[in-house]
Amino acid sequence: MASTHILSAYDDELKYLSRRISEMGGLAEQMCGDAVRALVNSDSALAQKVISDDVILDHAEREIQDKAIVTIARRQPMAADLREIVGTLRIGADLERVGDLGKNTAKRVIAVQGTGVPRKLARGIEHLSDLALVQLKEVLDVYASRSAEKAEAIRIRDEEIDAMYTSLFRELLTYMMEDPRNITTCTHLLFCAKNIERIGDHATNIAETIYYMTTGAQLEGERPKDDTSNTLGAITE
Amino acid sequence: MNMMSEAAVEKALDQKMNDASYKMIGKDVSVYYGEKRALFDVNLNVRENTVTALIGPSGCGKSTFLRCLNRMNDTIENCRVTGRITLDTDDIYDQNIDVVELRARVGMVFQKPNPFPKSIYENISYGPRIHGLARNKADMDQIVEASLQRAGLWTEVKDRLHESGTGLSGGQQQRLCIARAVAVSPEVILMDEPCSALDPIATAKVEELIHELRANYTIVIVTHSMQQAARVSQRTAMFHLGQLVEENDTDKMFTNPDDQRTQDYIMGRFG
Repeated sequence: MASTHILSAYDDELKYLSRRISEMGGLAEQMCGDAVRALVNSDSALAQKVISDDVILDHAEREIQDKAIVTIARRQPMAADLREIVGTLRIGADLERVGDLGKNTAKRVIAVQGTGVPRKLARGIEHLSDLALVQLKEVLDVYASRSAEKAEAIRIRDEEIDAMYTSLFRELLTYMMEDPRNITTCTHLLFCAKNIERIGDHATNIAETIYYMTTGAQLEGERPKDDTSNTLGAITE
Repeated sequence: MNMMSEAAVEKALDQKMNDASYKMIGKDVSVYYGEKRALFDVNLNVRENTVTALIGPSGCGKSTFLRCLNRMNDTIENCRVTGRITLDTDDIYDQNIDVVELRARVGMVFQKPNPFPKSIYENISYGPRIHGLARNKADMDQIVEASLQRAGLWTEVKDRLHESGTGLSGGQQQRLCIARAVAVSPEVILMDEPCSALDPIATAKVEELIHELRANYTIVIVTHSMQQAARVSQRTAMFHLGQLVEENDTDKMFTNPDDQRTQDYIMGRFG
């Protein structure tokens, strides 16, 4: 923000909101990383930690919402300030969802425990999660710098995650067809993969919100998509 | 009241606003108070059936511009206006223009309610009488009632039309002044901070009135309250240091203005 408000308390309120969003982002990112690590290493203690961290994240989101609403009522923000606060609300909601997806992945760690996650699949999931977490980390950096250009660039990159997810989807189907005893584990892994793919979508949402906050314009057109899993048949030809 | 039809009326009005030619056109308007120049080549057009809000910090020239629109600046000694202002096709600074008639076509409401120290009835009937708008008492009664109806004041004062206008509350006095302006059937109504002396409830009533008047009149309002400009207007013009900085759709102006100075002003920032 180039200039400051005549009312310094107003600046403090906006800074507070922005700081809390960054904190939420850091926690959500950490939760998702931990959840995948717990899955790959069958670490139920770590999974449990992710589940309890989600309470903190939910609480933070509600607090941000309350503060944002009070700020709107008190300051009647205009133009960039208004977009900033509306953006804060949207990003807060996206990050809260990211946390939920991390938590859901963590819960599945307990379900697949003991069945042993095939090494190859674990690597696939790890790779997908690396992509999604880089996306999330970068979008949070862009949030700090408020660069519309970088926000737009991130949005385009979601394609990679979608392609990776589709290939993992195929692989899981193959495992299930090979041996029905794999179905329980693979179904859980499929949900985990879907969760991670959704994290990428939320990162994209956040990028779009940052673009709007900075420019006042909405990013036009469909975002690029390479997720073709919704048309994949169970029995391949 | 039927919600659908109200929305339809609103939509028709917006359509009318977009199609309408300009009601008033200001071209290269400059104003000098003696040696001091208060307005610098302002080009601002006022659309028909539209509420246009003029905003900007104190001394930016917004009131000066407003007062050019019905030649109220004529009353100030040393004041000189250059450029051209037209109402429909008439140049309002033309020598042949009757200023009294101009001010009947372009009415004005001031910051502080200023009812005449006469009865409510006479406050309204004064204008129509001097402009010869009523042929008889029945005609005049009709004008008074219709004007008070339009200003949303009729039910509050109909039983005491012959009591003094100054006995009303501040908000009622201001609506009386609006009724008085409406009584001479103007085409344009100018309002110079009409709510700055009113409490929030009275302000809301005046704003509701402005909203309704838009269907029949063209309104230009100067306001210090950005929220008020955002609430009542469809177009907003921002003045700064005697210059027109930006004129835009109100919705755009308050979410994503084009000019940095507008941005800083409406967000309450140092430039």
